[in-house]
Amino acid sequence: MLSVKNLKASIDGTEILKGIDLDVKAGEVHAIMGPNGSGKSTLAQVIAGRDTYEVTAGSVTYQGKDLLELPPEQRAREGIFLAFQYPVEIPGVNNTYFLKAALNATRKHRGLEELDAMDFLALVREKLKVIHLDEDLLHRPVNAGFSGGEKKRNEIFQMAVLSPKLAVLDETDSGLDIDALRTVAKGVNSLRSKDNAIVVVTHYQRLLEYIVPDHVHVLADGRVVRSGGRELALELEKEGYSWVETQAAGPAKTRG
Amino acid sequence: MSDQIKLERNSEAAEQLTNRDYKYGFVTDIEADSAPPGLSEEIIRFISAKKEEPEFMLEFRLKAFRHWQTLTEPDWAFVNYPAIDYQDIVYYSAPKAQGDGPQSLDEVDPKLLETYEKLGIPLKEQEILAGVVAVDAVFDSVSVATTFKGKLEELGIVFCSFSEAVKEHPALIRKYLGSVVPYTDNFFAALNAAVFTDGSFVYIPKGVRCPMELSTYFRINAANTGQFERTLIVADDDAYVSYLEGCTAPQRDENQLHAAVVELVAFDNATIKYSTVQNWYPGDENGVGGIYNFVTKRGKCAGANSKISWTQVETGSSITWKYPGCILQGDNSVGEFYSVALTNNCQQADTGTKMVHIGKNTRSNIVSKGISAGRGQNTYRGLVKILKGATGARNYSQCDSMLLGDRCGAHTFPYLDVQNRTATVEHEASTSKIGEDQIFYCLQRGISAEDAVSMIVNGFCKEVFRELPMEFAVEAQKLLGISLEGSVG
Repeated sequence: MLSVKNLKASIDGTEILKGIDLDVKAGEVHAIMGPNGSGKSTLAQVIAGRDTYEVTAGSVTYQGKDLLELPPEQRAREGIFLAFQYPVEIPGVNNTYFLKAALNATRKHRGLEELDAMDFLALVREKLKVIHLDEDLLHRPVNAGFSGGEKKRNEIFQMAVLSPKLAVLDETDSGLDIDALRTVAKGVNSLRSKDNAIVVVTHYQRLLEYIVPDHVHVLADGRVVRSGGRELALELEKEGYSWVETQAAGPAKTRG
Repeated sequence: MSDQIKLERNSEAAEQLTNRDYKYGFVTDIEADSAPPGLSEEIIRFISAKKEEPEFMLEFRLKAFRHWQTLTEPDWAFVNYPAIDYQDIVYYSAPKAQGDGPQSLDEVDPKLLETYEKLGIPLKEQEILAGVVAVDAVFDSVSVATTFKGKLEELGIVFCSFSEAVKEHPALIRKYLGSVVPYTDNFFAALNAAVFTDGSFVYIPKGVRCPMELSTYFRINAANTGQFERTLIVADDDAYVSYLEGCTAPQRDENQLHAAVVELVAFDNATIKYSTVQNWYPGDENGVGGIYNFVTKRGKCAGANSKISWTQVETGSSITWKYPGCILQGDNSVGEFYSVALTNNCQQADTGTKMVHIGKNTRSNIVSKGISAGRGQNTYRGLVKILKGATGARNYSQCDSMLLGDRCGAHTFPYLDVQNRTATVEHEASTSKIGEDQIFYCLQRGISAEDAVSMIVNGFCKEVFRELPMEFAVEAQKLLGISLEGSVG
């Protein structure tokens, strides 16, 4: 579904991604772990099409299409969803209105009829059962005045309504208490199917107890330094990231 | 996406939006009955005679004209424009009427009705019955048709053109004309007092709540015509009225002058709500053409517990110079000002309010939202004045500016003059750039850049839009979307 090859990206001339390879197939859940500053969030943003990052080399193919050629809104309409690490506040714009606009833009792109208010409301009600989001939040402006946990739940709620093919979760677990974490995991797991794929970017192993990944990749200094199964996450939890950092620094030293 | 592609995309989207034509740029071809250009006592006598005015009106005009001649055009506003030649303006232009003017809509020139239809005004009676809005339509200088008057008359409400009021209710006009905005107030108010040709008059008697929104639609049609209308609204004790004013002008290369005066008077426990959606022709993307909008609007809360509320959405005009204010004379009276001003391309707006607290426990509330795009310059200028006797007076001001792009400007000039120690005055101001992160968030959800900008800006203005009557709020939101040309970042 998603194939990243030798991807390099920089911001203001500073290279952040230094040659990433990643292959995600439909039905899979991948976890991307790594210390702060390793490039995890940058990878998520580049996949979503954030133009503050400049892609300098490599390719990204999504469902057979050259993803880098598509503007961000087209990527979204083609089924890529990014759960933001820091969800953005849009004062004065009703949460439900925003979500309806988003869903209908996607439906229109796919040649489906736009949902009217009644049908949309029915869909929202159905998804509310899965994600325990305070209904009051639906009528408030997008993320404005939401607590950290509410913002993250709102991201997952949006994901549930938009039902993407490829969901990228950027540190959705950070700042969540255990109840919220379970809710988020429940939402993500309900999206799991043989047709969808999920990429979970996280610093901690904790979330992976609830969302069990098929593959785990460790990023350090803009490269994938190790890939493996679920056990790799547990190993990281025990050993910490210090060994990763030595690994990343190692080859650089020999080169230097 | 590379920077190059991004740039191309943005400028493409911008171009598409910029090239969107001014939707109301059509000209109605009607033989005009006009005065020659220029301003003199003769012209003023001509206007007054044309309108068959009583002597006191001519006196008022001449006094104003003589005073105006001693004044110089103010230059303190943060706007730039070439000098206006006041001798080059036509001060009177009326569509030719048969006899004494139309008695019913059937007598109104069908071309006029067509114009209104293009503007979306439901002038035909049956349409108005469905719309629950009484429209006093001002076409250039003469009021063409007033609807729903009969129904209002039953309640003792007077709603008619200013000219008609001068003839039918001279005592009221004599009493209130210039009582809130005297002709000595400022340069443009003096000019208006000398040459105003028509406008609307509303009187709501004691204890009457006006059952419908009253509305006037202004439209400048003849070329090189200044439009100088004058509106006077008086709400007697315990009365209530909500008044809507909408403006559109056809597209022209020349600049046209619009210098209006609006006066409101509210007595004990009366409430006047005055809403404006101003969509005069803003000029093209290079700043050619467009309306000079120099307007003086003021309300007097003469009675205790009275309330005057101004809501304005200013998206048009090449220059806007306008400070709707309230004189809070009655104890416990309330003044409100809610404003959205949008400047795009080369538009300039210097707008705000004046709240003068005289009575005890008077309150004023100011919410101003300025949006600047293109090379637009947007200035908030507001005065809050608390006089010695205004014990317990309170003011809250909130001025927010939003910038779209990096060639526009936002400026805030709050003036505070507090002479009573018990007064509370709060001022909050913010300036934000429309967030690249906000737009990306919308894009990532599949929403186009244009829709995202429109959505974010409308959200920014929500506090003001919710003060508008429903049908106006919808129109205002649409207008904002149309006016945000080339502002996608």
